[in-house]
Amino acid sequence: MFDVLVIGGGHAGCEAACAAARRGARVALLTFRTDDLGQMSCNPSIGGVGKGHLVREVDAMGGIMARAADRAAIHRRMLNASKGSAVRGPRVQADRALYRRAVAELVREAGVRLIEGEAIALRMHGSAVNGVELADGSTLDARAVVLATGTFLDATMFRGEERWSGGRQGGEASNALAGQIRELGLAQAKLKTGTPPRLDGKTIDWVRTQAQPSDRDAWTMALAANPKPQPQLSCAITRTNERSHDVIRAGLGRSPLFAGAIEGRGPRYCPSIEDKVHRFGDRDGHQIFLEPEGLDSRLVYPNGISTSLPTDVQLGLVRSISGLERCEIVQPGYAVEYEYADPRRLEPTLQHREIGCLLFAGQLNGTTGYEEAAAQGLVAGLNAAAISLGVAEARFDRGTSYIGVMVDDLTLQGASEPYRMLTARSEYRLYLRADNAVSRLGPMAIDLGALDDDQAGRVRDHLDAKTKATAALDERIAGAELGLDGPSRKPLSDWARRDDLIERIRLRLGNGPAANEALDDAIYAPYLTRLASELAARTRDRKLAIPPQFDFTQVPGLSSEMQERLNAASPADLDQAGRVAGVTPAALSALHFALVRQAA
Amino acid sequence: MNDTIVALSSGRPPAAIAVVRTSGPDAFAAAEALVGPVPAARKAVLRRLTDPRDGALIDEALVVRFDAPNSATGEDIVEYQCHGGRATIDALINALISQAGVRQAEAGEFTRRALANGRIDLTEAEGLADLLAAETELQRRSAMARAGGELRRRLDGWRDRLLELSARAEVAIDYADEEEGSGDAQLRPDIRLLGGDMSQLVDSPRIEPLRDGIRVAVAGPPNAGKSSLVNMLAQSEKAIVTHIPGTTRDLIEVPIAIDGIPFVLVDTAGLRESDDVVETIGIERARGEAERAELLLWLGEARQAPDRPGVIQISAKTDLGGSAEGLPVSVVTGQGGAQLKRELVERGRQLLPTADELALDRRQHDLLAEGQSALSRAADLDDPVLIAEELRVARLAIDRISGRAGVEDLLDALFARFCLGK
Repeated sequence: MFDVLVIGGGHAGCEAACAAARRGARVALLTFRTDDLGQMSCNPSIGGVGKGHLVREVDAMGGIMARAADRAAIHRRMLNASKGSAVRGPRVQADRALYRRAVAELVREAGVRLIEGEAIALRMHGSAVNGVELADGSTLDARAVVLATGTFLDATMFRGEERWSGGRQGGEASNALAGQIRELGLAQAKLKTGTPPRLDGKTIDWVRTQAQPSDRDAWTMALAANPKPQPQLSCAITRTNERSHDVIRAGLGRSPLFAGAIEGRGPRYCPSIEDKVHRFGDRDGHQIFLEPEGLDSRLVYPNGISTSLPTDVQLGLVRSISGLERCEIVQPGYAVEYEYADPRRLEPTLQHREIGCLLFAGQLNGTTGYEEAAAQGLVAGLNAAAISLGVAEARFDRGTSYIGVMVDDLTLQGASEPYRMLTARSEYRLYLRADNAVSRLGPMAIDLGALDDDQAGRVRDHLDAKTKATAALDERIAGAELGLDGPSRKPLSDWARRDDLIERIRLRLGNGPAANEALDDAIYAPYLTRLASELAARTRDRKLAIPPQFDFTQVPGLSSEMQERLNAASPADLDQAGRVAGVTPAALSALHFALVRQAA
Repeated sequence: MNDTIVALSSGRPPAAIAVVRTSGPDAFAAAEALVGPVPAARKAVLRRLTDPRDGALIDEALVVRFDAPNSATGEDIVEYQCHGGRATIDALINALISQAGVRQAEAGEFTRRALANGRIDLTEAEGLADLLAAETELQRRSAMARAGGELRRRLDGWRDRLLELSARAEVAIDYADEEEGSGDAQLRPDIRLLGGDMSQLVDSPRIEPLRDGIRVAVAGPPNAGKSSLVNMLAQSEKAIVTHIPGTTRDLIEVPIAIDGIPFVLVDTAGLRESDDVVETIGIERARGEAERAELLLWLGEARQAPDRPGVIQISAKTDLGGSAEGLPVSVVTGQGGAQLKRELVERGRQLLPTADELALDRRQHDLLAEGQSALSRAADLDDPVLIAEELRVARLAIDRISGRAGVEDLLDALFARFCLGK
């Protein structure tokens, strides 16, 4: 008997298992292959703008992704480095094999029990789940079950005219379980995601590409120091050209996407190269990043040409690109169409609203990206432990974390296309920075018991340093101490408003992460004050609660589409209702009236 | 909303025709009781209205039916266009409220139901409130523009443009590594352009002078002839005139219309040093009004006139040798009256929105001004993150005007004006 059973050893599953274990639960992780933990299905990178924020937040909550990324990082780049710290996105490219190894180590260290096998059915007791049945006939009992099956739930792969069943190249699909989930009414619709061909780096003419070296500054994803950093590799930039586009256009008829075979909608954010050429046909080229997959690997990942075109067309496409004229494809690209579960049926804890003790996390909920999956895994794991051990729930608010933004967006809006984190999704972007995740979430993490002792110590140290730095910024100092003439004495934070003094102040404060964070707070202070008052103004609408069983069809003046959306989203209050996509002001006031009348 | 409301929807009787409207689930049943089979929707038919209680004939009237949800309130509606005599209207309404589930409507209740059923949004409701209160042609046309959704359309147009600008600002942030949107040199000029469009409406005359009347303070030392002047302009005896200084102790507001332009003349206490507590309060009020009112008729010495725009120097009591400077006006002979009115009208016109011009009330104006300053700041910033933030603030301000955000606050403001019961 386990406290928590996690199904799936991907990014969501591993985070969930470790998070639950950190809170003291007895955890089992069930996976098809135990050597497959933390497999990166697509792009061998972790982080970015928005995604990097999620990784830092997962780390602040004690998660493993950031540490694994640091251990496997062979190229690092701080995106938006010149644009102000609110949108700086840390991104690393990882050696795939090293990453898998790091994840496996961390999962083992957490005390998670690994079990190899296939779950074919959930076992129910009344309306709650209490375990699974395995393909070999045995059963596993657990107090809470986390479903983190990624793209394996009834997945089909497509390339040109070929199609075959499977969640990932070399992985089986999980169709028996999918059947039950559909019967329970949990599965929703299909989404599609694609991957580019893998290239043989030895056949690339690197001279004809533009090199991009790794950042000099050896920053880390995780708060913890990196015990053994890897040697760094450069990646390279090239582009498609008119000839590439001609090749693609000639092959469109044989692309499953355009032949109509794939039902699911593709991601809008990183569409296949077929989409790019079809939609932006007048562009003379699209940028491609050539990313090495590992220190000992000759594989190169061409970021920017996801495709499901037939193999021969892919070869023609690749060979048309500068630097790749003699390139060999080791593994052709393909598209996966998979079923996902409507996340609007989940509570903000990622627990299913109607079926007890069952949580959903990861790409299964309609997201795309390892980071998005990991963050959900963290939420689900913390809450699976809460259910099984009877401890406090973990709730994330969109005002204090991107994890909160994602959970709110998913449970309220659902996912009609694969959800990917963007900083644009948050109204509080200036507050939710990648460098202040520890300050935002550290105290909650400590309260929940989500951190191991070492991490708790690091978090406390950072919070202390931050407090000291903030106090230093409040001190009034004379201009003379900053090398200025004149008698003015102002708080250091006021001096920080001047662009020409920032560097001096940074050095004065010691240039450490906590000090820099405090300085950024000071620089953004007027904006942060405004954000705080906006949040307060929202509070009034939040106070107008919508009862759980509220029937939106009873609110007059709402279109039936609006009613359906509100019913499915099940917003908890007027503030949330206002965020449901497509709600008009007239509809909101009609809802308001209905709520006030009902309360009277 | 379980009951059916009835009210006289047209003007004060007696009139040639009155419109009595019923709205609610029993509207059709009540109509049937009075007229027999209810006509097909949206077809005006002539019917005999009989009182179901005693069969007496009330009137012959046009009856029109509107089916929910496609009606003004979103509910079933029946309109009766009957003769506009008081007795007829009363008889009809009494007959209707004798029917089960029908009662007299409260003030503003029809509009409230329209709001509750999503038939109109809040800016339209605000415009409608003004339309109902309109007393002059200018007021009517201005309110019509807002009640007709003109403001909402303008806001929606700006919102769309803001979204497009935001998308351009955001792409440079979230897609840092890709080339999409890099070097959008046109972004800041386009932001400035939108800000300019918005500032036109921000700077244009507000609705309050039009809706509530242009406040014209009449001020000066005691016994300068202020109250007499007010009475002359109002052509009535609203203000009490005596020879004893300190007669007017408080503000006396007299609404008048000259050439269709609404004014509110404000008679004030004579400005002087006083020991009298009550008089002192009146004097303070007078000073305040003299500063705040849109126009000021100053009856004292020219050099003591308050330093502010919109002052018209009046030389009153010229027959008794009053102040020599300014427009000479004599309430006794009527001299200067017409000229003063012309002067008021000319200045008043500049303070008012032109016919059909959109005018904002204070709440809308302040929010739009917030949005516009956010855009001005954005156009001068370098940091794309801060630009995106200011664009978001502008969007938020626009949304709050139409009620997308901060619904509670907006309804508060609306209810305060609409005198709606709970």
